[in-house]
Amino acid sequence: MSALTVFDVTKSYGSTPVLTGIDLHVPAGTTTALLGPSGCGKTTLLRIVAGFDDPDSGTVELGGRVVAGDGRGVPARRRGIGFVPQEGGLFPHLSVAANVTFGLPRRQRRDRGRVAGLLALVGLDAALADRSPHQLSGGQQQRVALARALAPEPSLVLLDEPFSSLDASLREETRRAVAEALAATGATAVLVTHDQAEALSTASQVAVLRGGRLVQLADPRTLYRSPQDLDVATFVGEAVVLPADVRDGRAHSEVGVLQLERRTADGPARVLLRPEQLRLTAPAPDLPTALVRTVDFFGHDARVGLELASGRAVSARLEGRDLPEAGDAVGIVVRGAALPFPAEGPDDALVSGPEVRTEDAPADLDATWTTAGR
Amino acid sequence: MDPGAPARPAPRRRRASGGLRELRRSPVTVLLAAAVAALALLPLGYIVRYSADLGWSGITELVLRERVAELLWNTVRLVGGTVVVCAVLGVGAAWLVERCAVPGRRVWHVLLVAPLAVPAFVNSYAWISLLPGLDTYGGALLVVSLSYFPFVYLPAVATFRGLDPALEETARGLGLSTWAVFRRVQLPQLRVAVLGGSLLIALHVLAEFGALAMLRYPTFTTAIYDQYRATFNGPGATALAGVLVLLCLVLLVAEIRLRGRRGYARTGAGAARPVRPVRLGALTGPALLALTGLVGLAVAVPLSSLATWLVRGASTSLDVPELLATTGSTLGLAAVAAAVTTAMALPTGWLAVRRRGPIATLLERSTYLGSAVPGIVIALALVTVSIRAFPWLYQTVPVLLAAYAILFLPRAIVTVRAAVEQSPRLYDDVAASLGASAPDRLRRVTLPLLAPGIGAGAALVFLAVVTELTATLLLAPTGTTTLATAFWSASSALEYGAAAPYAVVMVLLSAPATVLLSRDARRGLTT
Repeated sequence: MSALTVFDVTKSYGSTPVLTGIDLHVPAGTTTALLGPSGCGKTTLLRIVAGFDDPDSGTVELGGRVVAGDGRGVPARRRGIGFVPQEGGLFPHLSVAANVTFGLPRRQRRDRGRVAGLLALVGLDAALADRSPHQLSGGQQQRVALARALAPEPSLVLLDEPFSSLDASLREETRRAVAEALAATGATAVLVTHDQAEALSTASQVAVLRGGRLVQLADPRTLYRSPQDLDVATFVGEAVVLPADVRDGRAHSEVGVLQLERRTADGPARVLLRPEQLRLTAPAPDLPTALVRTVDFFGHDARVGLELASGRAVSARLEGRDLPEAGDAVGIVVRGAALPFPAEGPDDALVSGPEVRTEDAPADLDATWTTAGR
Repeated sequence: MDPGAPARPAPRRRRASGGLRELRRSPVTVLLAAAVAALALLPLGYIVRYSADLGWSGITELVLRERVAELLWNTVRLVGGTVVVCAVLGVGAAWLVERCAVPGRRVWHVLLVAPLAVPAFVNSYAWISLLPGLDTYGGALLVVSLSYFPFVYLPAVATFRGLDPALEETARGLGLSTWAVFRRVQLPQLRVAVLGGSLLIALHVLAEFGALAMLRYPTFTTAIYDQYRATFNGPGATALAGVLVLLCLVLLVAEIRLRGRRGYARTGAGAARPVRPVRLGALTGPALLALTGLVGLAVAVPLSSLATWLVRGASTSLDVPELLATTGSTLGLAAVAAAVTTAMALPTGWLAVRRRGPIATLLERSTYLGSAVPGIVIALALVTVSIRAFPWLYQTVPVLLAAYAILFLPRAIVTVRAAVEQSPRLYDDVAASLGASAPDRLRRVTLPLLAPGIGAGAALVFLAVVTELTATLLLAPTGTTTLATAFWSASSALEYGAAAPYAVVMVLLSAPATVLLSRDARRGLTT
């Protein structure tokens, strides 16, 4: 297993830039998700790493060896990179066993034990070995594709939106099987996705791409709790963004006086809360109140649409029990601290100058969370 | 910064510039495809060149004659009549088989495609040998329509299968009668299929030589042949060929415009739910009678006529060694032609998918254009060109193979192209990432994936060559007979019994292709 380092990679098609100055380091044995909306260049980056495309400038290093850039281009077949395409891309003319062993030397291709072992690795029954790809479900095809990619023991595995073609129930199960197989082999992996939940739950590090640039590279918790800017904040999860006035390190907002995650200068600002930080109680004179507009009940929890006194709409995520009804008046209690961002305005760019970088996020809190998680 | 805004023009630009850049990456393939396109356009180029040599006055003198007007009228009314009759027969039969509760729908489907197994000139021989009075407009219309109506029937069936039954159910729910549903919902959606099939039929009728010569119905093709026989390659034949090519071009332009609108028809994966067929009730009898009548005329009459002549001829003049030798040489010629034509189709078909762009499209379309030229014109052009430029090639097998290639390239290209489309580049990429080298990928991935398509294309060309008459008559080296030419010389001499065995072998050899065609339309139902 090798580390992957992408340095200052740029790529354009004609005069349209697709990737601009991408720097990315994936430590050996970890999984990194490339997260971004469609058209942000994430698949192009994946293809450059795989060797299907060449960067215009910049380098790609795999285990300390330059494989692209600097006038060198190691062809895809010599890079030792496993590739799992979007819908599996199983060879339709070959059986499952022949697909899985495709990348192995000729002598090893007949080894049934090897096939069974590889199938077991991705949680599949060895009885599937003689099936044709079209006899498999979408999730099984994805797992076979992963087994095929892992068989030659690649130094890096690339997964291009591997779960996007699966329906919701299958997706979760397949995602877990893939994550387990990657962990069991200790593979270094890069996963492209536009689904934030998938990225946060699968990867140990998430790279957010936007318009061909890497906007933020962080572990999932940091990304969710301390997004670089409000765009990233709303992209990686539901957000409650409120205007506020910062005085003495506290934000005065429509939902009360809030603690801040990090220090910021006094004056107007915007603060970010997550819907699960809002708690609803019976209305009380000393509490900010809101009117319940909608209740979307999901079973395990619910999203409550609120209208604040100013008419602003926000949502709260509540446990499935004790839900208010639409039309109720409720009081709001905020748990935890809010994250401050510069106020909206034409001088946005000027204000965002001394922006707090991800690394400077409250270190103590981060540490407790990550150690608790490991 | 709105990342969505510049995203729009990007893919278009990528395709345009990438297309050229990618073309440069495969210069040999482009060169080969260009050579194939040049060969395909040779007959057209010959006609244009010859007309230019003649000059305006020369052309008017040769074309503006009473004889040409007569031929034009004969040709146009035959084309028009055939198209109308075939459209009615094809759509009606397709509706009965696909949407009505007639018993034995599968059997009827096969029987309605079966006329394609009988070459038109064999069908015409079968009829005229039974009823010598058919050498009229009505006779020609009957025989040609019975030979060609499956060209409308097949696309109509495919469209019926692709139609979303929900549309018909909705219409019925709105209170429309079965007839009104057919007229207001199904027929408009069938339009593209019927027009496409009709244009194909029109092109075939324009190019038809054998059937019409047998029926002694003079059109451009038969007149060109007579001229050629009388004066070899005189200007008269070429001027007639020019008019004929002009008619074909008009139809081609119509076809291209129609193709542009084909997105109108539903191209999805066919109907998800089975359709509940219309109950005919008391009309079941008449419907069955109509189908029986059609199949009887189109299949039973020619086959029983063939059988009769076979039995009669067997007692007097069946020369088995001769028949076997002719069959052998025909199969050999067809096999070589299939191999050559499919090999020629590979670069064009591959470019059309993997290097999509205006140049690839142009190269592909050139072959379609070239094959729309009637066989008699192609043969005439190759005779003249080979005599003038390469006299040592005249009356040799390579010239004949070139004619077959020009005539049948599209069949091979269409199947090769479809096969390349089914083997997307992704498989190549995955195989590369698994460490396979380029020759390895060709052997282990690309060829296995393309093999069925290449095989199907070769089979289609093979079967077309087995029954090819016109070009073979003009171009076959002296002493080389094929089933079609042997059949032709016997039946032209009115030795119907001697001709029958050759016709039977041709029908038997064509049958597999017909089964394939009927299955193909079936497959549209399930995939």
